[in-house]
Amino acid sequence: MSSKPYIREVPKTSWFFRQPRYMRYMAREVTSFFIGAFTLLLVVGLKRLAEGPEAFQSFLDALRGPLGVLFCVAALVAAIYHSTSWFNVTPQAMPIQRGEEFLPGKMIVGAHYAIWAVVSLIVLIMGI
Amino acid sequence: MAKSNKPIVWGLFAAGGTVTAFITPALVLLTLFAAMRFAPTMFTYESIHAFAANWLGKVIIFGVITLSLWHAAHRFRVTLYDFGVRADLVVATILYIIAAIGTISAFFSLLSIH
Repeated sequence: MSSKPYIREVPKTSWFFRQPRYMRYMAREVTSFFIGAFTLLLVVGLKRLAEGPEAFQSFLDALRGPLGVLFCVAALVAAIYHSTSWFNVTPQAMPIQRGEEFLPGKMIVGAHYAIWAVVSLIVLIMGI
Repeated sequence: MAKSNKPIVWGLFAAGGTVTAFITPALVLLTLFAAMRFAPTMFTYESIHAFAANWLGKVIIFGVITLSLWHAAHRFRVTLYDFGVRADLVVATILYIIAAIGTISAFFSLLSIH
C-alpha cells in the first residue's frame, strides 16, 4: 500500500473555470455583490431622504452620472439573474407533496414567476 | 451539542434571497429610470417621503433592506471563500458588521421620517 495518498490539485482561485456548471454557480454567487451594493445605495438614499429635500436632491444628482447608470445596468442584470436562478431551483428547495404525488416542478416555478411579475408591476406602477 | 448560529444566518439568507428575487429587479429598474432622468415626476422627494412616513411603508422598506443586506452578506462571504479568500472569520466579521450598520442606519432613518 502506498503511504502517500494521491491528492488532486485544485487551484484555489481559478477552479470554477474548469466546468460550465461551476461557472454558473459562481455567476449566481457573484449576484450577491450587486444585491448588497444596491441595497447599501438604498440605505444611503434613505438617510439622505431623512435629512431633507436638499440632501435627497444631491443624492439624486450624484446618482445621475454615467457611473450611476452603469452601476444600475450591471445591478439589473445581476438582480434578474439572481431571480431566475433562485426561482428555477424552488422545486428542489421546497417540494410540495399532494397525497402520494409531488406537485410538478413546472407549477412551482411558474407560480413564482407569476408572483414575480405581479410584484414587479406593483413596484413599477407605484414608482412611476 | 455546541451552539451554532447557522440556522439564523441561513434563515436570513433564504428569506432575503426570496424577497430580493421578487422585488430587487423592479427596484433597480426604477433606480435606473431615475438615474437616466426617464421621467421627471419620478423619484420626487415628496412621493418617497410620503411612502416612508407611512407605518406600512416603513415596515416594507425596513424588511426589504434588512433581508437583502443579510442575504447578500452571507452569500458574498461564501463567494469570497470560493474565490480563494480563506480568512473566513475576518471576511464574515467585516461583512456582518456592514450588514448590521446598514440595518441600524435604515432603522434610524425611518424613525426620523414623519
